[in-house]
Amino acid sequence: MKEQASDQLEQMLQVSPRTLMMRRFAAHGGFTFGAGVIVLITLIAIAAPLIAPYDPYAQNLLARLQPPVWYDGGEWNHILGTDQLGRDYLSRLIYGARLSLIIGFMAMLISGLIGTTLGVCAGFFGGRVDLVITFIITARLSMPIVLIALAVAALLGGSLEIVIIILGLLLWDRFAVVARASTMSIRNADFVLAARTFGCPTWRILVSEVLPNIADALIVVATLEMAHAILLEAALSFLGLGVQPPLPSWGLMISEGRDYLFFEPWLIMIVGVALLILVLAINLVGDGIRDVTSPEAH
Amino acid sequence: MTIYILKRLGLALLVALFVSFVSFLMLRTAGDPAIAMAGEGASAADIEYIRQQFGFDDPLLIQYTNWLSGALAGDLGQSTYFSIPVAELLAERLPITMILGACALTFSILLAVPLGVIAAVRSNSMIDRMALSISVFGQALPNFWFALMLILILSIWLPLLPPSGNESWVHFIMPTLVLGYYSTPAVMRLTRSGTLEVLQSDYIRTAKAKGLAPWRVLFKHALRNAIIPVVSLSAVQFGYMLGGSIIIESIFALNGIGQLAWESISRADLPTVQAIVLVLSMIYVLLNLFGDLLNAWLDPRIRVA
Repeated sequence: MKEQASDQLEQMLQVSPRTLMMRRFAAHGGFTFGAGVIVLITLIAIAAPLIAPYDPYAQNLLARLQPPVWYDGGEWNHILGTDQLGRDYLSRLIYGARLSLIIGFMAMLISGLIGTTLGVCAGFFGGRVDLVITFIITARLSMPIVLIALAVAALLGGSLEIVIIILGLLLWDRFAVVARASTMSIRNADFVLAARTFGCPTWRILVSEVLPNIADALIVVATLEMAHAILLEAALSFLGLGVQPPLPSWGLMISEGRDYLFFEPWLIMIVGVALLILVLAINLVGDGIRDVTSPEAH
Repeated sequence: MTIYILKRLGLALLVALFVSFVSFLMLRTAGDPAIAMAGEGASAADIEYIRQQFGFDDPLLIQYTNWLSGALAGDLGQSTYFSIPVAELLAERLPITMILGACALTFSILLAVPLGVIAAVRSNSMIDRMALSISVFGQALPNFWFALMLILILSIWLPLLPPSGNESWVHFIMPTLVLGYYSTPAVMRLTRSGTLEVLQSDYIRTAKAKGLAPWRVLFKHALRNAIIPVVSLSAVQFGYMLGGSIIIESIFALNGIGQLAWESISRADLPTVQAIVLVLSMIYVLLNLFGDLLNAWLDPRIRVA
């Protein structure tokens, strides 16, 4: 009996931590669903020119507002119908996924860089540095970002690059808060002290000792902020201050379909559901990573 | 407590000053305000006139001090589109947004706190899972799209509610649902985790051990502590709602400060935009201050630390 138990223990120990983590990820329903959806949408976005049945910008005024196939009057040549300018809806949806992913990812990178730098410095150096950076974070949290993003976008004129930069410059607060707290908790850990005793330069300690150890927490924030950026971009474009027509931004498509809410509600329903699914998938992946990597989850 | 209040007040004042400066700079340097205000097709002379009229040719620091001293005296400038003092516009529009925010926050708390408590008491049950999916779903729902869907369902398919306007309380129902649902996930998660944590603490075990009824343990002992973080979160969420009202009010044509912000942004009415940014930031600062002080009052451990 005892021997059997120790055999089992040995077997368990043979599994590497990495495999164990992979198993936990695979067993997490939300994570597998979310990751699957993201992979699928990313593949579609990358292969857009191959998959999209039509040019997303090609107008055909004779075939305006054709409904999707499952409605009366829908035809198989335009599976999801056509928009108010006769452009193929499915093709625009596919190219729109590209825009959402690019904007979400780039804005997340910029804000992640700013927030992580500030947070790690505040948490690692403490004292006055921490005081100043905490103050900056507090100030940032006291600014109405939607309003400022809209106003600045209006003054600069909306475009893909400007939207990415504005969102990147505004969404770094959560990165900073999390990076600061996680850095503080490992600042005096033995491996950091050891690196310092070896005479490791500070920047190197930050990059190769601190960063890898707070990465899990930052990845969770990164997913949240990517989802946040995608939603904000859609809102900006919906109000006409983000990505400009004729680009097929999902927010813009909802805004263009709004005038047809009464007779052609599918124009905003389909793209809205797409947006919802993408953001949901990203959030589920974030929640999954948090559940698997944070020790208090077990 | 007095020292804590003074410290917190000082910080709030500094933050307010800093935020007003940064937002002023952002709006003045993001583009040429004179060109934006003159509009398309304006002559060089017109632009130059506006530049001098509004003092855009002064050094930024002087522009800022002029603007701030005016703002402190209650003079927020003249709206270039409505041609009346911005302060009057705000006084007229702010109450509507405040009512909307209060309704939305009430709705959100009434939905989120009971759900969060039930989810914690019956953790890993069906109710917990349902509450979790409501929150995951809510976080992913684009609020402007949700607003349009509500209009589609409640105003077009089943004509129950008016799609826009602010004549009566009926007009506030849909905006309240949209804005309130948006902050439900955060409030619910915090209530759930707070309640879970408190329920595992020693004093709850003691309370149970001495034979108190379960509802008494929950309401008189557990919730008192579990709800503390929710209080300050609610203050912050109220601020987010005021910010989020821009999109919601513009969809429902609710004539509050959000709609005003949207109108003045699209008409390049810079003095009004600047004033709204200032007012909203100041409300955020006050709400944070209020939340922290309330927390300190409810939880003596905070003010000692």
